[in-house]
This record gives sequence, structure tokens and C-alpha cells, in this order.
Amino acid sequence: MEIKKAAMAGTLESSDAQVTVEPGDGTVELTIESSVIHQFGKQIRAVILETLGRLEVTSAKVKVVDKGALDCTLKARVECAVFRSNGRTESLPWGGAIR
Amino acid sequence: MSHPNKKRLRRSMMFLNCQKPGLIKDPYIYRPDSIMLDLEDAVAENQKDAARYSLYHALQEIDYRGVERVVRINGLDTPHWKEDIRVCVAGGADTIRIAKTESARDVHTVEEYVLAAEKEFGRPEGSTLLMAALESCRGVLHALEVCESSDRLIGIALSGGDYTKDLQTVITGTGVELQGARQQMIIAARAAGVQCWDTVFTNLDAMDVFEEEVRMVKMMGFDGKSLVNPRQIAIVHKIFTPSQKEIIFAEKVVREIEEKKALGVGVFTVDGKMIDIAFYDGAKRTIALAKASGVYEGEL
Amino acid sequence: MMNAVGREIPDEVLKATGKKPFQGAYAYDNYEYVKAAPKVRAMIDPKRGKLVENIREALTKCEIKDGMTISFHHHFREGDYVVNMVMEEIHNMGVKGLTICASSLGKANNPIVPYIEDGTIVGIQSSGVRGKIGEAISKGRLRDLAIMRSHGGRVRAIESGEVHIDIAFIGAPTCDEYGNMRANGGKSDCGVLSYAMVDAQYADKVVAITDCLVPFPNIPASISMTQVDFVCVVEEIGNPAKIATGAAKPTTDVRKIMMADYCTQFVIHTPYFKEGFSYQTGVGGASIASTISLGKIMEERGIHMGLGLGGITTPMCQLLAKGLIGKIVDTQDFDMGAIESIKSNPNHIEISASEYADPFNKGAYVNKLDFVILASLEVDVNFNCNVVVGSDGMITGAQGGHPDTAAGAKCTIVIAPLLQGRIPAICTNVTTVTTPGETVDVVITDYGIAINPKRQDLIACMKDVKLPFCTIEELRDKAYAIVGEPDPVQFGDRVVGIIEGRDGTVLDVVREIKEYEFTDPGNFRNA
Repeated sequence: MEIKKAAMAGTLESSDAQVTVEPGDGTVELTIESSVIHQFGKQIRAVILETLGRLEVTSAKVKVVDKGALDCTLKARVECAVFRSNGRTESLPWGGAIR
Repeated sequence: MSHPNKKRLRRSMMFLNCQKPGLIKDPYIYRPDSIMLDLEDAVAENQKDAARYSLYHALQEIDYRGVERVVRINGLDTPHWKEDIRVCVAGGADTIRIAKTESARDVHTVEEYVLAAEKEFGRPEGSTLLMAALESCRGVLHALEVCESSDRLIGIALSGGDYTKDLQTVITGTGVELQGARQQMIIAARAAGVQCWDTVFTNLDAMDVFEEEVRMVKMMGFDGKSLVNPRQIAIVHKIFTPSQKEIIFAEKVVREIEEKKALGVGVFTVDGKMIDIAFYDGAKRTIALAKASGVYEGEL
Repeated sequence: MMNAVGREIPDEVLKATGKKPFQGAYAYDNYEYVKAAPKVRAMIDPKRGKLVENIREALTKCEIKDGMTISFHHHFREGDYVVNMVMEEIHNMGVKGLTICASSLGKANNPIVPYIEDGTIVGIQSSGVRGKIGEAISKGRLRDLAIMRSHGGRVRAIESGEVHIDIAFIGAPTCDEYGNMRANGGKSDCGVLSYAMVDAQYADKVVAITDCLVPFPNIPASISMTQVDFVCVVEEIGNPAKIATGAAKPTTDVRKIMMADYCTQFVIHTPYFKEGFSYQTGVGGASIASTISLGKIMEERGIHMGLGLGGITTPMCQLLAKGLIGKIVDTQDFDMGAIESIKSNPNHIEISASEYADPFNKGAYVNKLDFVILASLEVDVNFNCNVVVGSDGMITGAQGGHPDTAAGAKCTIVIAPLLQGRIPAICTNVTTVTTPGETVDVVITDYGIAINPKRQDLIACMKDVKLPFCTIEELRDKAYAIVGEPDPVQFGDRVVGIIEGRDGTVLDVVREIKEYEFTDPGNFRNA
């Protein structure tokens, strides 16, 4: 999916993450800030990249500010930001690209 | 054949805002019978989409350890409910709570979309149960037709806040404003053979008043109550779970009736109380409730 | 060298400190030694007084100089002004290279961080360090190794002469001109002066700092004039609102109440729950809730607590007032209710930190505990606890009496919610061992309860008890199933602090924090 405009999802509350996506320059540029970076940095990065991969995002600036979110929340916030950047809220691919 | 979970134990249904990851990650720890993941009023209008992604992954990835997962979808007068139904079915929600139900037709409309979603996402047809929240005078007056509207429908729940607005009054704390709705709804539910739940109680500083209200709705015949805080669960379970005294008495009644029936005796006494066959179903129900609540390990 | 809790203690640390690796919680039982003693200047001439004009004069008269060790107590908790005012004056005098030996340091002492940066302070020995001081140590700003000791371990270090205090500064809610100090009756009451008593006994010079000078004699004194060199009156020694908060409202958090109920059920099914039992609890929401729920059962069954020990809060005092506790023996007061109680109830008694927890005296109160209820940031599958180092690697907490009471009590219970956000409390290896697992008997979480397999007797007691028992490994696995398996915290190489066992051996080391680095770069840009 193409990142058409800047979009954001999520909050900075505990157990949540705030994800911002912006149009990229041909690569995925990822920044992660996390309150649990030492113990879960690797997993957070893997989940974000997998989710972007499923959504076929290949060009984007992605910023994640994580406050100890579980994987399911990280996925939800990335998906929400990406679909928001496309203005799409209906007929979403539940169980397909979203899974 | 109707769904095996249609009549399961539902004493406590705890509301949780789908938009709050901290709330939905492990509410099973409080052991409610059902959780109600809310896409409707608790979620801000501009976060309706965000809540759906969270819901989908929660339903798919969090092990709620046997707690029933009910999702409250947005009203049929909003642009949200169709996608809400798709995500509920795709995620595998146990039950969908229809907000602001006014008539059997509302249930049929939802049912049609649920069926389509079950087909789209490859879920067994009929696997998604429905419940209807009655939130208006019209809805309450149509309680019976709502209760009889669908084989998927497990029951009806009163939504006191919106209902009292429609009634042009407020929640007073005395319960007087809800009397008619409560009576009407429980009678309709029992006539149709479905379950019935009372509205939320939101003042967490008045736990004693809450407890009184729970006792009252139990006496009225309700199956349980919608809850807003885990602190309320233990009280509801205490009141809706038969006491050991009640269980022992029910056991005796069932045993005696079965024994006396064989001997051709119709009326007799148990612990000084006149008992006849009319007591049989009630006693069986007490034991079934005790079993479901995990406090009965006897043989009946 | 590998120690008895499986931690590798670098040889250079052992060499630099002259310490041995930890050998087990009871390895030093029966240890024989000669106690240290202070240097004393006799006061014979009755015309000579002890009052000084200000802190500066006290420092001058104490002949403060570079490289000395000075001490403070933490009874004023987050309302303390004494540490900051003394350190500011020392800094103004240009004295360098000091070591602070404090019973604890908290956020209230953040203002002294610049004195670490500029070399005024080069050593810190404390039961723990919260706030910016902890951060400074973790970032490697302190010249010397920080030493983290339990309350009992600190007394041991002082009594054995391992640390010699040159000057002790003791904030006193009331004091007379000759140095008799009391913890009550002033504007900044703190209830007791337990931690400072040892400093007064063993420091060469003792300075009483008060904001409430009272007529002589201020007795019965917590700390006697016989140990005090100078008395300094200042405007304010602390912020009363932060020294003693109002009684915390009992928690309404169902998770904590649930864990408290598990704890109470566990306690009453042990053989130790009988008339005259002894008990200590921390100040966390779940601990306080368990005191309240245990109190109800004591009342129902007519069972009395013989001894209530430790840091004291209102719910314990309420049980004392109801006649359900024989004696409260107190080393610290956490709220107004506790301070009021010690002022008015003759069965509520102040003791010294030595009597409380010192492993090197001839027997401390902690040894007489039946139960202690504790909290922990992390507990590992060997029941080792970490109460000092946060999940980001930063020094952020205090041992306090945790290791002392755990070692002393017949039944040590740790209550911890399984998950704090994404951080699992039960893990394979704690980041830092601060209380050895051999002294921890039970871990209670919201997801289940694990008994240390070492305690087969307790496992047998609980055979028919309806509580959600499981193994500690099962608890860890439940946590990891939800949050994933955590990686170990990445540290720098430099050791910045040591965690001392109660007996002065090295339980673990704390290393400098470092920026997190992804170990595998991957095919994307890390901005």
C-alpha cells in the first residue's frame, strides 16, 4: 500500500503505542522509541516490520513511540495509521492483510 | 438446534473500551462471565476505526480464558455498524450486542449482515450470537417481539441512561424511573425463553446502593447485570450464585420429588415447607446455576 | 568469580573492595568480630555550649575536610531538606571527595546531583537511590563504586568498622541545646529516629539539626546528648506535607485486593498463624490491603498479633488500637496515623535500625518474624528478587529492609502483579539480584501463586487449600506467553555499583547503562 499522506494512530498512554506514517523516499525508514526498548526492542521492530510487510508498505517514514504495548496493539496501531493515510475505513481486509 | 452457548451463565457483563489497550489486555483476571468490548459510546467518534483494529487483534490473539467476548457495535443510525459487524465476525466474537434496538426488524437487519460476514470470513453460519440493548421507550414496548426475533438472540439488556432520557427523566438512584422497563423486559424475556440483563450502575462510591440494586434485580428475575468496573463483579456473583443453604434445599427437593413421585405421593414437606411438583423446575434451575457458578460438585 | 546466587562478580571489583562473593544468606552465622568505636572529644567544662550559628559553623567546628565520610538519615523521606542544605554549604566551602553514607536517598535529594558531577561527592553508600541520583550513578557519573546495602547491612557496615563515619548530620524534629533529640513534638515530626541512632553511636562527630529548639531536657530522647557534639537551629528541616502524608486510602484496585486476599488466605493456612504471631508488611497497595483483610480474620477468630514490625502505616496502628496487636516495634513511619499512634500508644515503640535488622549483632527483631509481606520489581525462577534496578537498567529503588526481613522471617511472601505494562515480574533471570531466592518462600501474583520448592512443608500445608497454586516456571511461562520473552537489559562494561549482601559480601554488581542497540541491522534504515 502506498502512504499517501501523513497519518497517526494510538496514544502515549501506558500499554499503548503512537504510530506515525509519512510518505517515504523508496525505503522504509523506521524510528522506535520505547519504554521497554531494552527487553522488547527486537520484538517490537520485528512486529512493526512484519505488519508493514503484510500491508505491502515499501516506502514510508514510520515513527513508533511505544509505552509497553503488546504485539496485538502494535499491529493495530500500524494498520490504523496506514489505512488512515489512504483514507480507508470500510471493507477492510480482516483476516487478509490485517491479521 | 440452537447454539450450545445460548443459555450460558451470564451474571456479569463488564464493559471495556476497545480503544484502551490497557483495559482489554487481561480483564479475564477478574473472572467476569462476559466482557463487553465497546465500539460504541466509549469510543470517540474519530477513533471508531482505531478501535476496530484493536478489537480484531484482541479477539484473535488474546486468550480470554473462557470469558464470553461480547462486542457492542454502533447503532444502526450511524455509518459505523456495518464495518463493526464485519470485524466482529472476522475476529470471532462470541456475541454482538446491538445498541439502541427498537424492533424485531433491527435484529433482522443485523442478522442479515452477520450472516453475510460469516460467509465472507468462512465462519460457521449461526455461530455469532446476538443480544439486543433496549434504550428507548419504543424499544422497551417492543421487548417481546425483539426477544422472539431470532434464533441467534440470547436476550435483552436494559440501557438505563438513554432510556431515561427518552422517558424525559433521569437516573435517580431510587430505581423508580426504571421500574416499568425492568418489569416489561423481564416478563417479555421469560415469555420468549431468553435471558435478561439489568443496566449499569455508575456510582462507584456507593457500593452499598449498588449491592441493594443487584439484590432487587435478582429478585425480579434478571439473569445478570451490565457492569462498568471490576469492583462490581464479586458483588454480582455473590448475589447471583446460590448459597450453600439454597443448594442443599434444592437438592433435597429434587431428590424427594423424584422419590415421592415413584411412590405416588403428590404433596409433602421438606424442612417444614410444603413442596409439590411445581417446585421441581425451580430447584433444578438452582442446581444448574450453582454448577455453572462452580459452587456445586454434587451428583444432580 | 561466581557467587551463591549464580552471579559473576568481576575479580577487579572483589580486589578493589576487598569483599568476598556472596556465599549464602546464613554463611556468616556465628561470625566473631570486634566492634568499631568512634573518636570522642570530652565535654567537661559546663560553661561550654553546643549551639552553633549555622551549618557553616558546624562544618568548620567539625573540621570537615576533603575525603571524609558523612552520614544522613531518611526519616523525612520525600520531604527532606537536611541533605541538600548541608551539601550546599559543603560545596560552598569547596570541600571535595566526600562519601555520603545515607540510610536512603530519594527524589527530594535531586539537588545534590551537580555535586556528584563536580567531585564534591565521589562515593555514595545507601540502602537505595531513587530519582536523579540513581540516574547519575547509572550513567557512571560517580567516581567510586556506589554501595547499596539493606538497612541491616548498613548497620553491620558501621558497627564492624567497614565504613567509618566522620560526621553524622541528624535532622531532629525537636532538640534541646545540649543535643537530646526526639522525633515528635516539632513542626516536622517523623515519628522515630531509628536509622540515625546507629550513626550517632559510631560517628566521630555528630551534628543535630533542628527547626524546633525546646527547653532542656528533651527527654525521653531518641538520641542522647552524650553522643552529640553540636546543635544547629535552622528555618526548616523538611516539608511536613511530604514527610508524613495522610493515611493512604485503602486501594480500590481489584487486582491488588485479589492478591491481598490470596495472601491472607495463604497466611491463615500456615502453622505460624496462631495466637501471638509476628508480622511485617510493606507500604504497597496490596500489602496494606492484606493487613486490612488479615485484621478482619484475626478479629473473627480472636487471634492476636504479638509483634508488628517495621515501617508502619495507619492500618497496623488501627489493629493496635483495637487491641489486636500486642506491640508495634517501629523503625519508620509512613503516614500521619503512624506518627499519631507512636505519640499516644504506649505499646507502639521506637527501636534502632540495629535492633531491627543488623545481622552482626547478637540477634535482631527480623529473626523473630513469622511473616513478612514484600513487593518486588522482578522475581526469577530461583525466587531471587530485584527491588533496585529498573527494567531500563537504571538504579531506581532501595533494598530497605527487604533482604533483612526475608532472611529473618519464617514465611516470606512477595506480592507482585505478573505484568507491569509489558514488563513481566516473573522472569528467568532478574536483572540484578538484591534479595537471594533462598530467603523467599512464596510469590503471589494476580495469575497464580508459587511456593519455593525448598519449602515442602508449606507446600504440604496448602495441599487442600483452594488457591491458584502453580510453579514459578508456570508463572513465568504465563507472563512470557502474553508479552513475549524479554531480552536481557543491555549494559555498558563499567561496574558503577555493588549490591551488598547483608553480611557485606557481594550479591551482584550494577553496570553503567547504555543506549539500546539493535544487534542485527535488517534491511531498512534505522532513523
